[in-house]
Amino acid sequence: MTAVAEAGAPTGRNVASRALTVLGVGGTVALVILVVMLLSAVLAPWLAPYDPNYPDLMASLQGPSAAHPLGTDALGRDLLSRLMFGGRTTLLGPLLVIVVSTFVGCCLAFTASWRGGLTDAVISRLIEVLFSIPSIVFALVAVAVLGVGLLPVVAGLIIAYTPYVARVMRGAALRERRLPYISAVWIQGRSGISITARQLVPNLRPLIVAQAVSALGFAVVDVAAVSFLGLGVQPPTPDWGLMVKSGLDSALRGQPTEVIVASLAIVLFVGAVTVVGDRLGRGVTGR
Amino acid sequence: MLVVASLLVYGSLYLTPGGPLSFLVGNRSASPEVIASITAQYHLDDPFVVRYFAWMSDVLHGDLGRSLVYREAVTDLIASRLLTTFLLVSYATALIIVVGVGAGVVSAIRGGWAGRLVSTGSILFLATPAFVLGVVLILVFANGLGWFPVFGPGEGVIGRLWHLTLPAIALAMASAAYLARITRSAMVGELGREHVETAVSRGISQRSIIRRHVLRNASIPIVTVIGLTIGGLVAASVVVENVFALDGLGSLLVRAILQRDFAVVQAVVLLLVIVFVVVNLIVDLLYTVLDPRISLGGDS
Repeated sequence: MTAVAEAGAPTGRNVASRALTVLGVGGTVALVILVVMLLSAVLAPWLAPYDPNYPDLMASLQGPSAAHPLGTDALGRDLLSRLMFGGRTTLLGPLLVIVVSTFVGCCLAFTASWRGGLTDAVISRLIEVLFSIPSIVFALVAVAVLGVGLLPVVAGLIIAYTPYVARVMRGAALRERRLPYISAVWIQGRSGISITARQLVPNLRPLIVAQAVSALGFAVVDVAAVSFLGLGVQPPTPDWGLMVKSGLDSALRGQPTEVIVASLAIVLFVGAVTVVGDRLGRGVTGR
Repeated sequence: MLVVASLLVYGSLYLTPGGPLSFLVGNRSASPEVIASITAQYHLDDPFVVRYFAWMSDVLHGDLGRSLVYREAVTDLIASRLLTTFLLVSYATALIIVVGVGAGVVSAIRGGWAGRLVSTGSILFLATPAFVLGVVLILVFANGLGWFPVFGPGEGVIGRLWHLTLPAIALAMASAAYLARITRSAMVGELGREHVETAVSRGISQRSIIRRHVLRNASIPIVTVIGLTIGGLVAASVVVENVFALDGLGSLLVRAILQRDFAVVQAVVLLLVIVFVVVNLIVDLLYTVLDPRISLGGDS
């Protein structure tokens, strides 16, 4: 998705060939999977065959059929619809986490690397301390303080992910700063903010994107785990993590479809994100 | 470091809307006596700094406060559950090291289909969250095939380990997959180096080269990842314990969060952070053993 946007090429064939060279065959397949899953989540209100929360107790725990392509859950709700709508809640939270933590992390990193001295020392210390706490702990503490729900989890994970971004970007920004072209524009009398915005960010963009894509995989896992624990999104809102939980009960009663489709959705998405992130990262280090 | 972390854990209590008192009382209807006892227990009448130091000195004296829900000392609550979590994490650590390093070494030496199997497997397991793997293991091996018990802690040493096998696998596989990748790339990097070629040309057996020249040199990134992983495992066990209904620290924490039992939440979170920091410290110390060129206190 990012590679396609990056290419910004006028023709479809151009975009495809650019994606192929950056991502390779496996990466392109993974990218297509991601796009399809994201689209089906975004377009769920128009594409989904049923209302995801409409219970039909006469049709509970059915296997796949013509009426319900993936079958129904314990309350007779259509699983395909729940899977598509579930993608919205399951992916929106992690996307928020990544966008905000990437932005805040980059701001911290660029400020630290540009100002140096005391500013750098304070920011580096802060990063180090936040680093000493596992990410899921942040999410759990946020839920303990603010109550259950998606937003507390997102807030906690933003604090957890920011130091990761900041650490990687600080190192990269420091390396980039030592290069002669930065001194050249510095001598021209341009301000630090302007150089950061016009030189540093564009030059580091591939790294920022690769980092964000890889982190997205971890964020999906963390958010889904918290909803599985019952501390994130609350039923009856459809969510993949919750579907694995309720699917476990259905499976113990002999109908494993729900747990299978929800697990597959998570694994497929995270796997595809990991592959794309890997390929993008390899492209960055190859430069 | 630990001081700042403990300040964060303690201070988070004061970030809640409505202040600490309404938070501690939570949704429970509170009589004036309860409020008075909570106020006294948390020294809510004192300024923040005084309260923090009072709490810290209690913690250092081994007093983590009393649970509002269980009406028991938090220390006792934790002590009775520590063993389960400790066993689970140790079991998972052993699995991670054996499976991760083993798979990494095999794929680095053999290449070919073994290498491809390991790299495909590692992507698959990396993408599988522990709770999904746990659920799948329960359904296949416990419920379907009946090889393992579904829930609960088990009796006796053997029984306990038997009950912990599936949870430990669920907890271990993602980290093992990651470790396998790190091991493989570290070893492939070492295999191409000149001293290894020299050793090969001198006719030293492959087994000995791998052990003494390749693995030893590749051990720094491997140990780093193992250290980071173990620290994170204690936190990840929160999820796995809930999947398998094990009565460890993790299920205690989740229940405490849902019941807003903050003394318990603070204590368990503090413990998780301490373990994470201490394990990382041990890893730093191990570096000097593995590579004498690294000195402690040197410029990083």
